[in-house]
Amino acid sequence: MAVNARVNELGLSRNDYKGGVSTLCQGCGHNSISNQIIAVAYEMSLDPHQLIKLSGIGCSSKSPAYFLNRSHGFNSLHGRMPAIATGATTVNRELIAIGVSGDGDTGSIGLGQFKHMVRRNVPIVYIVENNGVYGLTKGQFSATADYGQMLKYAGVNELPPIDICLEALAADASFVARSFAGDSKQVRELLKAAIVHRGTAVLDIISPCVTFNNHEDSTKSYAYGKSREEPLHDITFIPEYEPITVEDQEPGRMRTVELHDGSHLMLKALDPATHDPTDKAAAFRLLEEAREQQLFITGLIYVDENRPTLPEVSHLIETPLVHLPDEKLRPSRAVLDDILRHLTCCD
Amino acid sequence: MTTIESVPLEDMLAERPAIVNDFQIMIATVNGSGSQTANTVLLRAMFRMGIPVSGKNIFPSNIQGLPTWFTIRLSKDGYIARREDYHILVAMNQQTIADDIANLAPGGACYYPEEWGIKHDRDDILYYPMPVKALTETAEAPPNLTSYISNMVYVGVLSTMLNIDLGQIEAALNYHFSGKQKPIQLNMKVVNAAYEWAQDSLAKRDPYRLEPMTATEGMLLINDNSAAALGAVFGGVSFAAWYPITPSTSLIDGLREDLLKYRTDPDTGQATYAVVQAEDEIGAIGMVIGAGWAGARAMTATSGPGISLMTEFAGMAYYAEVPAVIWDVQRMGPSTGLPTRTSQGDLLAAYLLGHGDTHHVVLLPGSIPEVFEFGWRAFDLAERLQTLVFVLSDLDLGMNLWMSDPFEYPDQPMDRGKVLTAEDIERAGRFARYEDADGDGIGYRTLPGIEHPLGAYFARGTGHNERAIYSERPDDWLNNMARLRRKWDTARTLVPAPVVDRGDGAEVGLIAFGTTDACVIEARDRLSEQGLDTSYLRIRALPLNDTTRDFIASHERVYVVENNSDGQMASILHMEYPELAPRIHSIAYADGLPLSPRWLTGAVLEQEGR
Repeated sequence: MAVNARVNELGLSRNDYKGGVSTLCQGCGHNSISNQIIAVAYEMSLDPHQLIKLSGIGCSSKSPAYFLNRSHGFNSLHGRMPAIATGATTVNRELIAIGVSGDGDTGSIGLGQFKHMVRRNVPIVYIVENNGVYGLTKGQFSATADYGQMLKYAGVNELPPIDICLEALAADASFVARSFAGDSKQVRELLKAAIVHRGTAVLDIISPCVTFNNHEDSTKSYAYGKSREEPLHDITFIPEYEPITVEDQEPGRMRTVELHDGSHLMLKALDPATHDPTDKAAAFRLLEEAREQQLFITGLIYVDENRPTLPEVSHLIETPLVHLPDEKLRPSRAVLDDILRHLTCCD
Repeated sequence: MTTIESVPLEDMLAERPAIVNDFQIMIATVNGSGSQTANTVLLRAMFRMGIPVSGKNIFPSNIQGLPTWFTIRLSKDGYIARREDYHILVAMNQQTIADDIANLAPGGACYYPEEWGIKHDRDDILYYPMPVKALTETAEAPPNLTSYISNMVYVGVLSTMLNIDLGQIEAALNYHFSGKQKPIQLNMKVVNAAYEWAQDSLAKRDPYRLEPMTATEGMLLINDNSAAALGAVFGGVSFAAWYPITPSTSLIDGLREDLLKYRTDPDTGQATYAVVQAEDEIGAIGMVIGAGWAGARAMTATSGPGISLMTEFAGMAYYAEVPAVIWDVQRMGPSTGLPTRTSQGDLLAAYLLGHGDTHHVVLLPGSIPEVFEFGWRAFDLAERLQTLVFVLSDLDLGMNLWMSDPFEYPDQPMDRGKVLTAEDIERAGRFARYEDADGDGIGYRTLPGIEHPLGAYFARGTGHNERAIYSERPDDWLNNMARLRRKWDTARTLVPAPVVDRGDGAEVGLIAFGTTDACVIEARDRLSEQGLDTSYLRIRALPLNDTTRDFIASHERVYVVENNSDGQMASILHMEYPELAPRIHSIAYADGLPLSPRWLTGAVLEQEGR
């Protein structure tokens, strides 16, 4: 290590938080999110050994291999990461869990597990890298795809989208936030808030798919003003892109982000002066209005720091269960003798 | 079917001496009428009198209103398998009374509520009407309890007529209500009134009676689900997740009670365990695998439909090599099947659960003490082998009360398997999760939280190399599968060995597993009486080992007895020992009830051409 290498409070460099080389498409918003996780863990001086990174199946769920190499990871089943998280965080209260899921993983196959995890308030940072499309199976709609959107593979989406944040809120989530993968500063800020949150922190991050969901006919974009010069639908050819970024979002102001295919995404950063994130009814209203206007509001939508977590409602001992010595786990011979005395006939 | 001979009753009675401690009582009731207390009290009182008993509850998938039958078998010889015929009928269900009476053994006795005024159509049985309503009223119970305590009428009447010790009835009530005097006294009031009424009003003319013995001294009366829960507690279980399903629910109910008692931290009053009711069985097994991966002893309990839902996770845990224990209290399938009836139909499903090339360690307890033992040993095996361990019980074993020898305290400390510490890794200077360092196919694992830069690994169901890195290379795949095969062979040496009882020079061998043990034991005695000596091997776990192969090889004909329709264990034996296949014959039967020795004896003799 270079003598002048920058280190954090734990004496670790940013490299100590890195992962393997990403195999996702160039310019994929997911890579940007991975980078923000690395940055935040480094900046917050989180002990990589206390972190666990969990995922389901899909492009997004591959990404835990691309950050935090020093942390245990579990790439589980499609839509089933919440169950793995519930078991692991219950038996070891000291772990900080970062889960990465996608819109198919959370909004479709895993919607049930997602909502029950939220309902239990399992301690985890639960990130949904939301692009409205199935990438690994080459371009089917996901349940979060826009109403009326057109994809080459799938045609026109005739069904309304599932709003991850609304689902979370309806399941009594204690932390709901939305961001855009291109706004790295906001992603970082929300990640930090999510990590210090005690229960389930749902972070729905819009992360456009550069290959399959180009939003040409997206109702989330302005009417596509730009003419489409180049078809990008050839799935055997995946052009390389620079990641899309946005500069600091101004609270309360609407802004438009141009996507790779020239379509647009409408973002509106929440203004803390007008939105109280502890007001659940306001959060519902906000999300529903945004849905009607087909725009994404970003920022911290709702938070309740008082809701007890699953380990708390389970009245768990402070010591992680996995650290209890064997003699605390197996009752003594005297206990068995006592039980048998009670059960035995004719004493 | 019981055949009804037309022998005049008085002749029959004159010819028959007293039949002591060797008959069966059938109590027919309506589900939800509170008869369970009366029935278990009767069973426990007889058990306390030192008489070998077994009780079976045959009940519908229903909360209230459908017919339920409870049989109590008394056997001075200690047989506890299901008996098909019955000699004493307590007919408390008007809906089924005609059939219940039709199937009563000739010379038997039928007790029924006098108010029903039934016709005495059979002249080869005795009818004993009981004034249930009047006797119940003597207790002056609150109206909402009247129907419950009315069942105590037959307890009192049978006590007189069969010679059951009233002191033992009270002791059994005391056990049932954990010493709470109010319900004990209320119930005893009815019992006493009915007892006295029967003494004054009924003339005993049937030959069936009880006499105290000493055959149950030191034994327990318990069901498998309670024993399994206790076994898990003594296995150091820290985490359980489950979704309610008959007939496994009472296992987790028992576990929760036991953990509350034995795993509440004495200093803080906080829990040193967690039990989570999941949203479904997929969630349950996922939580258990998450907990097992993180280093806790974790389990779930379910039945066939739940096993189906756990398939994908089971395949994943096999391949990611995560320890956990799955109890499958089997019920009748396929599909929802007969949810309150028993079967051994999940054997192949559990053994091969998952897609691709998966196979799992399966433990097959055949008695209550074994259920307790496998309850703790399953965790040792799961952590030693870093894999799922299934324990297959069934509804008959799980929900019925069985006599049992006392449980033995675990004879070895908990085996936590190969888990590396930070110091271990520091010493070695490297860590490769799936490397076969010892040649037994079992790698070394680390737990999340380990304080070492090289300590972490990435668990996954996708292809991986020895260092748990994603890999699609054919050689990595082949190496890993070859190691898993070595691990499977190691498992053969670690799982409970079969129990063998060789008949002297017997040509015929019987192979069975699990709950059919009681049936096979009794059927072998019956076969011996008919001149056919047999050997018996009881499989206690999969994978199989050479003992089973040698047993088959050393008998001309081997009959594999099982309570399912397809002969699933026979199929496994055929797969495992194709060269011995011509010797292996299947005797498989499943109608929702436990196998009966009478049936098995006939089935073996038929195959033997006798």
